[in-house]
Amino acid sequence: MVDKDQNKGHTEEPENASRRDFLKKSGYAAGGVAGGLVLGGLFGQFDTAEEGANSDQVEQLQNARTFFKRREDFETLAYASERIYPEDENGPGAIKLGVPYFIDKQLAGYYGYNAKTYMKGPFQPQKSGEYGLQTKLNRGEVFLHGLRKMQEVSQKDFGSKFAELEGEQQDEILRKFEANEIKLKGVQSSIFFELLRQTTIEGVYSDPVYGGNKDMQGWKMIEYPGPRMGWANEIDAEEFLSKEPMSLKEYQGGNL
Amino acid sequence: MATKLDKVDVVVVGVGWAGGIISAEMAKAGKNVVALERGEHRERSDYIGQKDELKYDSRYEIMQPLSSDTVTSRSELDETALPIRTREQMQLGFDVGGASVHWAGATYRYWPYDFEMRSKTIERYGEDKIPEDMNLQDWGITYEEMEPYYDKWEKMAGISGEQDPLAPKRKNEWPNPPLKETPALKLFKDATSNLGLHPFQIAAGNMSQNYTNPDGQTLNACMYCSFCTRHGCDFSAKSDPLATVVPTALEHDNFELRTRAYVRRVLYDGGNKQATGVMYVDEETGEEFEQPADVVVLSAFAFTNNRLLMLSGIGEQYDPETRKGIIGRNFNGQYNSAFHGARGYFKNKRFNLYMGAGALGAAVNDYAADNFDHSDLDFIGGGAIELRQYGDAAIKSNYIVPSDTPRWGKKFKENSLFYAYRGLHIWYTSTVMSYWHNYLDLDPNYTDEFGDPLLRATYKFGDNERNIGKFGVEKCREIMEEMGADIVEEDALPEEFDHVYAGGHYTGGVVMGDDPETSAVNNYLQMWDVDNLFVVGGSAFPQFGSHHPTPTIGALAYRAAEGIEKYMNEGGQLAKAKTKSHKA
Repeated sequence: MVDKDQNKGHTEEPENASRRDFLKKSGYAAGGVAGGLVLGGLFGQFDTAEEGANSDQVEQLQNARTFFKRREDFETLAYASERIYPEDENGPGAIKLGVPYFIDKQLAGYYGYNAKTYMKGPFQPQKSGEYGLQTKLNRGEVFLHGLRKMQEVSQKDFGSKFAELEGEQQDEILRKFEANEIKLKGVQSSIFFELLRQTTIEGVYSDPVYGGNKDMQGWKMIEYPGPRMGWANEIDAEEFLSKEPMSLKEYQGGNL
Repeated sequence: MATKLDKVDVVVVGVGWAGGIISAEMAKAGKNVVALERGEHRERSDYIGQKDELKYDSRYEIMQPLSSDTVTSRSELDETALPIRTREQMQLGFDVGGASVHWAGATYRYWPYDFEMRSKTIERYGEDKIPEDMNLQDWGITYEEMEPYYDKWEKMAGISGEQDPLAPKRKNEWPNPPLKETPALKLFKDATSNLGLHPFQIAAGNMSQNYTNPDGQTLNACMYCSFCTRHGCDFSAKSDPLATVVPTALEHDNFELRTRAYVRRVLYDGGNKQATGVMYVDEETGEEFEQPADVVVLSAFAFTNNRLLMLSGIGEQYDPETRKGIIGRNFNGQYNSAFHGARGYFKNKRFNLYMGAGALGAAVNDYAADNFDHSDLDFIGGGAIELRQYGDAAIKSNYIVPSDTPRWGKKFKENSLFYAYRGLHIWYTSTVMSYWHNYLDLDPNYTDEFGDPLLRATYKFGDNERNIGKFGVEKCREIMEEMGADIVEEDALPEEFDHVYAGGHYTGGVVMGDDPETSAVNNYLQMWDVDNLFVVGGSAFPQFGSHHPTPTIGALAYRAAEGIEKYMNEGGQLAKAKTKSHKA
């Protein structure tokens, strides 16, 4: 199954991730024909079918790595977030929802640089958890430490990049981080995992303006209608009201 | 060198409900008032188009950035406290209006018992009922004395409510009728009625209709938009100082609001026991100023009121080793040990839980204060059992899953999508006591941007907190079962304090009373030692009553405003000290 969202535009990721999934599942990769040119050509066909999706292209122009410099780190992030919020019969997972870009944008801003966090020492990073975040590392650095260690563990345990592992193998690594079984410098691996989990969920369900929740598909899955002026006329309704979602952009009255 | 400014009648430090009320009352009385606020003066237009869960609920946009200063925390006297670094762990109000801008609006008066908890406990159960380690004390004021100030605050704030069947009969109706009833609230009310309890609609600072308060400020009917708690209201439909007392004060030329003014010291003449003004820094230029005044009012958040007294060397710092000293003593707060109860999941019913308002809810007070017999119970105090419909957005709704759900992955996604809008949570707003070992002082290791020590909180639960929590959870489970949930789960009670300062209910340290041996301020919030210094706000709570704190803080501010005027006319101490030392 290839749905249309999987194959639009020329951006390298996270669509690439979906492409690889698609290839894996459809047997192209196994058949040994996977290669840059072949891939490009194959997906080129789908791209043509997508012509005219202007707003979508604009949105895609807004998705590029700004915090993450190494593509490899971003790839690991994308696959890890997909395991936390996977695609299933209910709808898209983290990658198709743009969650990796959401996290990239969050880390590029004040949140990633801990600008509103008390950052004076002395630090006792090992007390993180018990006392909230106690790292000298800011959140962006925590992500880089964690993702690179995931890659390292992946190579060591399975002899391959995290992004190329089977889902179950990826889960196994994530569970080790979650259980704080992996040693990281300056932060517990469980603290990194919690940040990864929290930001993944936020990327699925926050307003699309932040880079995730693509086309409000996260909201559609959970039947959340987005912001409204109010619900004074519906507040005492007996039945559950499932409404088409409205984005913050529309709520604010569109563009200036 | 600080620039010395012209003297004013009253300088007010911090403009939340407490400082806003005092500013408005002093301005109306014709006093020359300067109010200093560390943050900015945000307006309704700052909140329009801001219905954004990530920014406000997940990132706490409206709360104080902790980059300059926070509070350090520990549980034991021999521990090194660590700074609480993130806003996930420490939520402090900021900007003009303070915590009142992001409050939910839940409005309860404290009970007669709450104000005289020590006397009334002894009267009914004997002195042995009070554990040795508990600093249980009366407030130095009774419910009867507080009643007119509550009434004044409720009218100013336009509270929407109905008579709680168990509460003292109101002398005046609530200024507005209650908010609308939703199916979830009705379910709670029916179930609690079936169990022989006495449900009512929670009184709310969210307007049930358009309202003009006695000061002429207009509030609009609430739209139930759900972006309420942790948000500022875009419609002036939630009562807060920005919609009420601040504009009232600003109508007067004799009132000046100075923002981005970070007060670092109360200037104190120890020989004459007089506060002479305050020293503050203009946060935009770094310049220092001295603002002299006849009366100094500290009406910042409880933490800041404590810290400013300590940094200024006013009053005797409490020392837990000797159990002597007053400032920082009886630090308490309704967080962590409170707000536990039961969760219910309804497989065949979905509620419109993405709609709501901060204080939209129903409650029973059968287990509040001393409304039930504690003879055979292993705790004192009580609380309301509440069902609230704040209105949850998508991130929050996603986490409402039965506890056997994995924390991530396929099954998590499946359950979070299924159970969204099917989960209801009821909780117990229980009393929190003060103990000799819980207190505030200055931290020896961590400092703010100016090099001044941070405030240190030393805090752990007493048995009362654990036992009352357990009682509340059981009662909540009974109600949730009666409500017919398919899955009923009790909240896990924390064994120990986990250093999460969630919500905003931290209080005490500059407590009120009628005995200078155990209290810092009298029942006009005037310092016992320093006649022209008033310390107003949650810092005055000797222990935490059965309910959310805001209305009591508001009422105390009206009481203090009356006291300040009285002091300016008559001078001296406004209350007579009684010494009947009952220190633990």
